[in-house]
Order: sequence, then structure tokens, then C-alpha cells
Amino acid sequence: MNAQAPALRDPRLNRPEPFTPPLGDGGFFQRDRSIHPPAHAPGYKSSVLRSPRQALLSLENSISEITGPVFGHNDLGPLDNDLIRNYAKDGDPVGERIIVHGRVLDETGRGVPNTLVEFWQANAGGRYRHKKDTYLAPIDPNFGGCGRALTDDSGYYYFRTVKPGPYPWRNYVNSWRPAHIHFSVFGSGFAQRLITQMYFEGDPLIPVCPILTTIPDKDALDRLVAPLDLNASSPFDSLAYRFDIVLRGQRSTYFENRTEGN
Amino acid sequence: MPQPLNYLKETASQTAGPYVHIGLIPAMAGFDIFEKNFSNVLVTPNTAGQRITLEGKVLDGTGTPLRDVLLEIWQANASGRYNHPADRSAGALEPEFRGWGRAGSDFESGLVTFETIKPGAITDRAGRKCAPHINVWVVARGINIGLNTRLYFSDEEAANAADPVLNLIEQPTRRKTLIATRSERAGKIVYSFTINLQGPEETVFFDV
Repeated sequence: MNAQAPALRDPRLNRPEPFTPPLGDGGFFQRDRSIHPPAHAPGYKSSVLRSPRQALLSLENSISEITGPVFGHNDLGPLDNDLIRNYAKDGDPVGERIIVHGRVLDETGRGVPNTLVEFWQANAGGRYRHKKDTYLAPIDPNFGGCGRALTDDSGYYYFRTVKPGPYPWRNYVNSWRPAHIHFSVFGSGFAQRLITQMYFEGDPLIPVCPILTTIPDKDALDRLVAPLDLNASSPFDSLAYRFDIVLRGQRSTYFENRTEGN
Repeated sequence: MPQPLNYLKETASQTAGPYVHIGLIPAMAGFDIFEKNFSNVLVTPNTAGQRITLEGKVLDGTGTPLRDVLLEIWQANASGRYNHPADRSAGALEPEFRGWGRAGSDFESGLVTFETIKPGAITDRAGRKCAPHINVWVVARGINIGLNTRLYFSDEEAANAADPVLNLIEQPTRRKTLIATRSERAGKIVYSFTINLQGPEETVFFDV
């Protein structure tokens, strides 16, 4: 054996520097589309004419996808996360008082801080305050049905509302939506943008809902069902449901791995 | 069994439904609730850059405009910089210009409009020049997971021809589905677009 190893052809391999993990490019983890509903899901009839048929064009995340709008407390009002009070005219809305709380996380399990969460729902009778909703259940004069919150440093959010009712809709002649709350979440980059719906543990309409069952993966469907969380309830006041939301993970970030100015 | 990888799974998407306005644009649902509201006007009097109106429709597989669709746009400012901490490019940052807006389509005509500025060209992290563009996200009843697309500008022919994303589109004819057409109307600059969800002119949608 020679005492001295020959120089390697690639000069980078001769460097005495320790190996360090490569800088993340800041791109989001590839979306696992198998846990999302397909665009074309014929059991949900509205999707038939509104579903693209060409393959999506896969795009490596550029700065356009890694960035996204930033929101702050200045965007919100003090009652925005209290649906029992934010539209009250002469009393509280009718219905079961509930607290909904949870964390917005990413796929690595980290909380997503300071991100905007918006939510909307029908009232306790299953009627939306919307000029296009004509269901016979009455509008509740004290209930608007929407709110929003900013997650805290750990990704935690919470709001107070009344439990929404189920309602019929035109898909099959006897299709009913399970009780649900719509959620809109931003994350830190526009590629994390997500709209979903939260359902309630034990609702018998869940397995027969043509919208919920567009989700092909049983576990993914179950993750949309919020369990009753008695520990978080407010005795003699409100029950609580827990709903965590997971956004796409990110291949490290500039902030952590790059020193300022690089 | 190997060690488990403890990644979480993304929460599944669900349609925004026909009443998306309640949560995101309550005034369109017919009521006033929040002190502060988001809108389709991105500009303030101080915003730098060329004022433009974006005007378009989203068509279903029969060519009928969706009248319950909601669009969000996300764009750089006139210097080509996004208002986000991850964008460290050299362009001037404008704290007042968030670069984001949302709009519901008109319940009768299906028309969607935004008042904004034309974004500057962007240099991506590989150092390539990208043509000015606006990122678009489409949700509605019947759309199970939000659709991502982009709008480019018809008067940027040279930049568009060199754009790395437009050039990823195999069929040149499909690139045209992302180009908004410039016109002038009563002294205002209008860029018109059509998003076709299906059919021979189907818009290019991205898996971002």
C-alpha cells in the first residue's frame, strides 16, 4: 500500500470538510394525491363537468410556490373566533354550544405558526346564511356562520360555535350532508393552500356522504372526523371537539440553514 | 420491520362547496360580519407599478361559466419580489402590497375580476429569468381539490418564449391556455383570461 492515497479525480472529494446535509431547496414534499379525492368522482355529480381530464403538470417548487400571503392579527377583529357572539343581534344562536380546537401541523409534525384559518358552517338547523341557500330550515337571526383565527407560535387555534345540523342537497334525491364545518388554511407557501371539511365523531351520515366518500383512503377519511374531547370541554357551558390539520411538509427552509445575508 | 418514518399525512382536501362565500367573502353571501375583509383589490394608492384589471371566467365541460367559483391570486410586486420572508431577491419590498387577493365570480355572468398591478419578472433560484406571471388557485363546488394554474401576459412574448415553466408544457398550443390577453378599455388596461376545466382548450393545471 502506498503511504499516501492518490488524489481523487473529483477535487471536491479531497476536501477535509465534514459532510453536512445539503441545503433544503425549500420546496414542499410532493403531494400524495392518493389520499385526496380524485378530481373526477362520479358519485359526487358536480365533479363530472368540473374536473380536469389532462394530467396535472408537475412543477418543481419555485419561489412562486414556496412563498404565500402573510397574515397578522391586524387582519382580524376581536370576535372573529367566536361564532356565538360575532353575529349575535338579540341573544345567543340556537344549538349545541361547542369549542373546536386543534393544531395546524406540517407533515414533519411541526406546528405551523401564525397562519390564517378560516371556517364556515350551517346553523344548528342545517341552514346556511347565504342568498343561494333555499333549504326550508330557518335562518338563525343570531348566527352568521363564519369566523377565522390565526394560529399561535405552536400552530394552535380554537374557536367557539354551535354544532351545525345536517341538511339535504341535490345529488341523489335523498342525499344528506353529515354535520360539518368547512376549513380554509394557508400555511407558509401558496402550495400548501388547502380547503377541507371537519366532521363529527359518531355521525351516522358519514359513511353515506357522496362528498366525503370521494376520498379513496379510509384512514384519510377518518382523519377528517373530529373526536369529542371531553377534557377540553367547558363544564356547564360547551362540549369540545379536537381537529388537527396537517399541511404539506417542507424540505428544510432557508431560515434555518442559511445565515442571514447568504 | 424497518424503523418507522414518523411523517404525518396531509389532511385530505374537500370541495369548497357552493357556499364558500360565507367563510371567505361574506358580503357576497349577503351579509356583513367582519370588521376587516379580504377582497379582489390588491392595490393601494401607494402601490408601485402598472395598474391592471384581470378579468376572466372559469368554464365547465359544457362551456358554461361557473357562477359559484372562487379564485385567489398570489403575485410578486412590480419589482418582481414576493412579500414573503423566503424571497430574498434584490427587488424593492413594499410592505403595503401583500400580493394576494380573492374574488368570487358574479352570480349571473360568472365574471371574476381583480384590480392589481402587473408583476415584475422573477429570477428563480437557478438564476433563470421567469416571465411575469400571477399564480392562480381555483376552488368551487364540484372541485375536489384546489386547482393551481398561472396567468402570463400577452404583451410579454419574448419573456414568455423563454419562460422555464411555459416551456415545460409539451404541446405549444396548450401554453396559450395560460396567456391573458391585453386590451385597453376606457383608459384602463385589462387582461382577459378563460380557465377551461375540460375540453380541447383545457387549461394547464399544475401539481405544485
